[in-house]
Amino acid sequence: MNKLKKKITSAKKKWEGIENNKEPIVYIGAASCGRAAGALELISETEKFIKENNISARVIQVGCIGPCYLEPLVDIKMPGQPRVSYSNVNVRTLNNILKSQLLEGVPFTKAAIGNFGSSAFNGIPPFYELPMLKPQVRIVLRNCGLIDPEDIDQYLAMEGYQGLMNALEMSPEDVIGVVRQAGIRGRGGAGFPTFKKWTVCRNTPGEQKYLICNADEGDPGAFMNRSLIESDTHAVLEGMMIAGYAIGASKGIVYIRAEYPLAIERLKTAIKQMKEYGLLGKNILGSTFNFDITIKEGAGAFVCGEETALIASIEGKRGMPRSRPPFPAISGLFGCPTIINNVETLGTLPNILRNGAEWYNRFGKEGNRGTKTFSLVGKIRRTGLIEVQLGTTLREIIFDIGGGVQKPFKAIQTGGPSGGCLSEEFLDLAVDYESLASAGSIMGSGGLIIMDEDTCVVDVAKYFLDFTQKESCGKCIPCRVGTRHMVEILERITHGEGVPEDLLTLRTLGDTIKKGSLCGLGQTAPNPVLTTLRYFRNEYLEHIKDGLCRAVVCKDLIEYRVIKEKCTGCQSCVKACPTGAISGPRSEPHNLDKTKCIKCRSCYEICRFEAIAGDAIVIRTAEKRS
Amino acid sequence: MPEVIEVIFEKYQRKPDQLIPILQNVQREFGYITPESVKHISRYLRISENQIFGVSSFYAQFRFTAPGRHSVRVCLGTACHVRGGATLLEMLERELEIVCGETTPDRRFDLERVACLGCCALSPVVQIDADIYSRMTVNKLSELLKQYE
Repeated sequence: MNKLKKKITSAKKKWEGIENNKEPIVYIGAASCGRAAGALELISETEKFIKENNISARVIQVGCIGPCYLEPLVDIKMPGQPRVSYSNVNVRTLNNILKSQLLEGVPFTKAAIGNFGSSAFNGIPPFYELPMLKPQVRIVLRNCGLIDPEDIDQYLAMEGYQGLMNALEMSPEDVIGVVRQAGIRGRGGAGFPTFKKWTVCRNTPGEQKYLICNADEGDPGAFMNRSLIESDTHAVLEGMMIAGYAIGASKGIVYIRAEYPLAIERLKTAIKQMKEYGLLGKNILGSTFNFDITIKEGAGAFVCGEETALIASIEGKRGMPRSRPPFPAISGLFGCPTIINNVETLGTLPNILRNGAEWYNRFGKEGNRGTKTFSLVGKIRRTGLIEVQLGTTLREIIFDIGGGVQKPFKAIQTGGPSGGCLSEEFLDLAVDYESLASAGSIMGSGGLIIMDEDTCVVDVAKYFLDFTQKESCGKCIPCRVGTRHMVEILERITHGEGVPEDLLTLRTLGDTIKKGSLCGLGQTAPNPVLTTLRYFRNEYLEHIKDGLCRAVVCKDLIEYRVIKEKCTGCQSCVKACPTGAISGPRSEPHNLDKTKCIKCRSCYEICRFEAIAGDAIVIRTAEKRS
Repeated sequence: MPEVIEVIFEKYQRKPDQLIPILQNVQREFGYITPESVKHISRYLRISENQIFGVSSFYAQFRFTAPGRHSVRVCLGTACHVRGGATLLEMLERELEIVCGETTPDRRFDLERVACLGCCALSPVVQIDADIYSRMTVNKLSELLKQYE
């Protein structure tokens, strides 16, 4: 332990050097989302700039700080000044920013979004006072975007591994006691109290026990786990060690999607560093605790997020769930007692062990303690990764943090494909496990998808069912056959061939699948359909009776036309049309050949006449069917 | 090929739970799971070829035909769906004249769909080889394809 304490002291000194920097530091957010927005190019451009101008400055790659709609983000810290953050940077603005900050020493205020000081700086507001960040409480995400995840010293300087050191000074039972007092529930979706699962495993006799980190984030629309691993890798690994110590495991496995190559790379780097620092292996920090961590890459199967399927997959089999009991905590991987915890649960543990259960109890509400991260996506102004206390209302999340919707709000889908669509009347619902369940939805892992009037709920329900149907492992009939049948019905409805009886069939099927399926995938698969049937019944009826898709999404029910009176013949839609369906000479109204039109919406999006999108091209839903 | 396979085997223990990592390594090496490699794996791990096909066909990651020079993967996650990901896929199927899951006859492109790439905030997203392109439109994508030979 003393050896690590020495390392911490030197890590803190190193960090102080960064804080009180003598040379400029450029931080660039280079998690997957930042990279997708062009961060890597910015890094090489910055390095080039530094070299060309012969200045001494450092470039540090950091993780994702959350407001993805502002990506790519570049921060610059000049000696003696607070760190200034610039958003939506491209190569051109980057050069202006670098010139202004690095050469002239003044912030380029035009692109600056916030500073990391406590008050405004040169008219730039504090970063955490931004509307998207102010209502958030950052516990799990505390280091994300601030430190270099590939530098263990930076994590140590942030009191990293302090939670583990505290844990190792207690008995494993006492660690479980702290987690019990903290009241944290599994963040993977079901919300089972973490300490209960651990106690069962701890009390089960067995030479070998396993701790698995479930990073098989297969939910379309969710990226919390990916961001956390990419941005604060060591926090998750420290959580694994604490959990492993508490349950008496000596082997830890990270089961992670192969689709997340950067996260896997960072895990490998972090594990190597931990070994160098004596944090893995035998007699860790002079205690009796032995622990090793290995990485298992998933091979692309959504069902493997389910505990028993995940275990089968690690054992080298088809990832099919089995019936429980026995629960994995008693008989799991290779028949040994096994605990599977979600990335976010594990990422929270170091904070609880570092600051104590009482501190954690200050967040959230009775029965729903602490914070939860969400990915906020869809038709919302400010998309990104957020963390709020449990009990925050949907309204606060969508409007205060997310900045609201551009077009009128229609629905919010919580919990991904296993969750439900909630309508406007639920906006004041407090987000906690029980409230969401009572509304027919679930917390899930935390994907929040916002929909406006341009989203067709029937289409969305079909989308989710189609997804779960494809991902069903096929072991049990209700899930395999039932979801398929539901998709067929929904297909018909979106093609305008539905009949009124379909709605009852959908409900009965949905209820049966929920009751009769073996695992969580089937048990929750009908939720999107059942909730939309409950809250948006009218839209189903419009599709069936009137052949009308009010959101103009269902392609068989819509057609595109050029409004000859409004068309000026500007040719922009002709250029935009990928199939050559629109033709006509300049300055004359164009023609749209319906047989060639693939309804891709390109012409509608590009039509700018009179500055209103699609004014001269309208999308009409089909006339009432006879 | 046997030598290459031998080198791969050296990294893994002779245990059935090593099957998926071995398959992943084989696919990284050859681009797909070749029939011969299945034979070798079967002998090495002492499990039947049947069982290997059973496992490998269960997971979306594994492919059994040679890949093209570039892989185009369209993300069809929820956020991408809501923002028009399916239209991008349709357009690609049309432009490349193949359906999802196939390779163009000139072996230039593979076309695949993925459940989610985790870049939801920048949807819709398309991945070509290792690069992820965000906020895609039908036109931008068609321009982009021209850069790949």
